Amino acid sequence: MQNLMEACCRQCTHSPQTPCSDYISCRLEGPLCHDSALCKESRKDWIRAIQQPAEGKKRLLICAGTGCIASGSRPLKEHLETELTARGLRQDVDIILTGCHGFCEQGPILIVEPGKTFYCRVQTEDVDEIVEQHLLREERVDRLLYREPGSGEAVFAYPEIRFYALQKRIVLQNCGHINPEDIGEYVASQGYQGLRMALSMEQGAVIEELKRSGLRGRGGAGFLTGMKWEFTANAPGEKKYIVCNADEGDPGAFMDRSVLEGDPHAVIEGMLIAAHAIGADEGYIYVRAEYPLAIERLQIAISQAKKYGLLGTNILGTGFNFNLHIKAGAGAFVCGEETALLTSIEGNRGMPRVRPPFPAVKGLWDKPTNINNVETYANVPHILRRGADWYAQMGTGTSKGSKVFALTGKVNNTGLVEVPMGLSLREIIFDIGGGIRDHKPFKAVQIGGPSGGCLPESMLDLPVDYDSLTAAGAMVGSGGLVVMDEETCMVDIARFFLSFTQKESCGKCTPCREGTKRMLEILTRMTQGDGRRGDVEALEELAQVVKDSSLCGLGQTAPNPVLTTLRYFRHEYEAHIQEKRCPAGACSALLTYQIEADRCIGCTLCARVCPVNCISGKPKEVHLIDSTRCIKCGACKDKCKFNAVSRR
Amino acid sequence: MCNCSCTGEPALSEKDRRLVELLNKYRTVPGVLIPVLQEAQEIYGYLPAEVLQKVARELQIPLAKVYGVVTFYSQFHLKPRGRNIIRVCLGTACHVRGGDKIFAALQKELAVDDGETTTDLRFTLESVACIGACGLAPVIMINHDTHGRLTPEKLTGILAKYE
Ligand SMILES: Cc1cc2nc3c(=O)[nH]c(=O)nc-3n(C[C@H](O)[C@H](O)[C@H](O)COP(=O)(O)O)c2cc1C
Ligand code: SF4
Ligand code: SF4
Ligand code: SF4
Ligand code: FES
Ligand code: FES
Repeated sequence: MQNLMEACCRQCTHSPQTPCSDYISCRLEGPLCHDSALCKESRKDWIRAIQQPAEGKKRLLICAGTGCIASGSRPLKEHLETELTARGLRQDVDIILTGCHGFCEQGPILIVEPGKTFYCRVQTEDVDEIVEQHLLREERVDRLLYREPGSGEAVFAYPEIRFYALQKRIVLQNCGHINPEDIGEYVASQGYQGLRMALSMEQGAVIEELKRSGLRGRGGAGFLTGMKWEFTANAPGEKKYIVCNADEGDPGAFMDRSVLEGDPHAVIEGMLIAAHAIGADEGYIYVRAEYPLAIERLQIAISQAKKYGLLGTNILGTGFNFNLHIKAGAGAFVCGEETALLTSIEGNRGMPRVRPPFPAVKGLWDKPTNINNVETYANVPHILRRGADWYAQMGTGTSKGSKVFALTGKVNNTGLVEVPMGLSLREIIFDIGGGIRDHKPFKAVQIGGPSGGCLPESMLDLPVDYDSLTAAGAMVGSGGLVVMDEETCMVDIARFFLSFTQKESCGKCTPCREGTKRMLEILTRMTQGDGRRGDVEALEELAQVVKDSSLCGLGQTAPNPVLTTLRYFRHEYEAHIQEKRCPAGACSALLTYQIEADRCIGCTLCARVCPVNCISGKPKEVHLIDSTRCIKCGACKDKCKFNAVSRR
Repeated sequence: MCNCSCTGEPALSEKDRRLVELLNKYRTVPGVLIPVLQEAQEIYGYLPAEVLQKVARELQIPLAKVYGVVTFYSQFHLKPRGRNIIRVCLGTACHVRGGDKIFAALQKELAVDDGETTTDLRFTLESVACIGACGLAPVIMINHDTHGRLTPEKLTGILAKYE
């Protein structure tokens, strides 16, 4: 056996041309068609090798997701290899590259097995110590362990880190733990079992199972997945398509990227199950072009799945055919909208169209098409393998299962967090996220990206599920959670999101094209100190019109950040308009810089860094800023060692 | 005797030859315009007018439609670009952690605006909304390398690595 996926001996006849229906079960429990202790043993050896290091061996798992590569995991791996080779230890240590652990801020992340020791921010300079101390002397390198924010306590093993201990990882279960470029590791972790079960079921039964699980789409709107599949399955037509929406456009969310990079086969398996249930034989994954690594990992996964007969014709001897293609996006947020995405695959400008007809009836090249998000598909194999009841016991009344959130902004632990639906925002931000950075007070959390809303402190105990968030004016959306502290200005945040949606508006319909522009003008004026009486009312009216009369979800939800900040932080708008003051101290046009006479010792540092030379004063005397010439760059404040420059 | 290899036809450059190959490969695939333009841009570094004309002619798609597609998507470029492409993230996570300061510092350092290229063609500066490395905010991407946890001071050292 070359690896877990290859034939064990000449008696195994599985190949894409001569598929064996027991191929998947046979990998883990086989051999099933013949009796051989040797063949059984070699399977076990491969599985063991994947799950734990052999006796006396060590396994180093290095994160090779986008985040950790940015922090230097590639040179780290090379350095480790040279160092181990130089010391003659190379054959005693397995080095494995994994996908993202969702804790990118702590990267590069290195895990040592056995023991699950979790090292963070590991640099090439640390390699010597890890080899010398941990690998040779079996002593942990304390310096590199993760420390809990707050208590500063070092944590020895991965599962004990609060950030992970409080999560429920289903979709992210394999991310960071298996090598995403080896299909064998996926299969050893129960991969493709869901497909095996689905293929043994009637198509209608698979759909029924999905409906019973209560899974709702993770891409934004939260439509019941089983129901969507049923529509497509029942739509008249021979040719049908399965499409995966991997356009992940919400700035601040990166769960789809992590799943594609860390566990690409889970998405492929989910799509295969959907194809079987719906009766489709062809599929597309539309990946945003900013994710080159995700595209590369998907290409590898697809070619391996083909090689072992899990994609192509007559899959596992059941007569089921499915071919999968990758389409790289070309940079347009609106292409995340399903009808825009489909027309983009067809080679057109990605503009949304009126629905109905829905893609389930008339989609890609006018054929019935089922389109789901990456995370939605990645849930499917688990539901098939472990059953709808198991899935439905997690979550709340109408929101079942778990959801991945991208926790970012001014929070201590930034990263991907998978929790059962219904946990409170407080638990996510303070227990898992470790609270706000630098002990500052919490101000707001923006949830759901440009379509979502900003929620204040008083909403922290809100359970996070589809319906509660919508009622509060926000939405689950893609699951971006951006935490803000007192230094973030709510008017500026509303302006920021609107400038994003305004830029990305495709221009097809007037309310969105013109309405967002007018709203942006008003908000920009406010942040520049030119807010006028009546602006808030004008914003509210415009927001309502854009929301009610835009053609697609982009326009319909673009006003949400404005409406929620108006609802929960109206006083900040008023301060900008009436007092020309930014309470957060973020809108630079509304600030003044001043030197406090009682603190300044006249060190001259500020005068030397001021780019417009507007600070005067003799050495050892109090300095003065000429506020008429000051461009409010903040350089003086950053430089002053005596905290003598104040910003108001 | 002249020993040039001229055959009387206008000589095809290496790039043009690759474009012809590309068009031949895809001619019959449905919905292929965007991938063809993406690969053509890989070859030329941008999309010159002659290339758009050739793509339109060979795929039998109206030039107006080709131009419409090119101008719709932010990834296509009609002008030559720098040897190194700097993408500064101005997504939410980066915005909250000071991405705009990084952008301003780069504008100043390179003396170009969003979407512009330095006169020596060394750098093109662009803003993007999220490159999926939000945990490391603020983030920039130069070519295929991502640089995170940035401060304006770190930029000069990073730029020096790209010629
Ligand atoms: C402007 C806009 C952008 C969207 N972006 C995405 C996206 O990046 N990823 C995604 O899965 N869905 C996105 N959607 C939602 C899709 O239109 C669609 O609802 C979703 O892909 C369906 O999959 P699901 O049922 O699995 O959620 C977007 C919608 C709109 C209106
Ligand atoms: S709402 Fe905006 S993005 Fe959607 S179709 Fe209209 S103009 Fe285009
Ligand atoms: S840097 Fe601070 S202490 Fe020094 S002159 Fe300026 S304000 Fe005064
Ligand atoms: S904020 Fe900038 S321009 Fe104004 S005084 Fe300080 S250094 Fe000078
Ligand atoms: S890329 Fe390593 S933890 Fe995300
Ligand atoms: S917001 Fe900057 S990388 Fe996501």
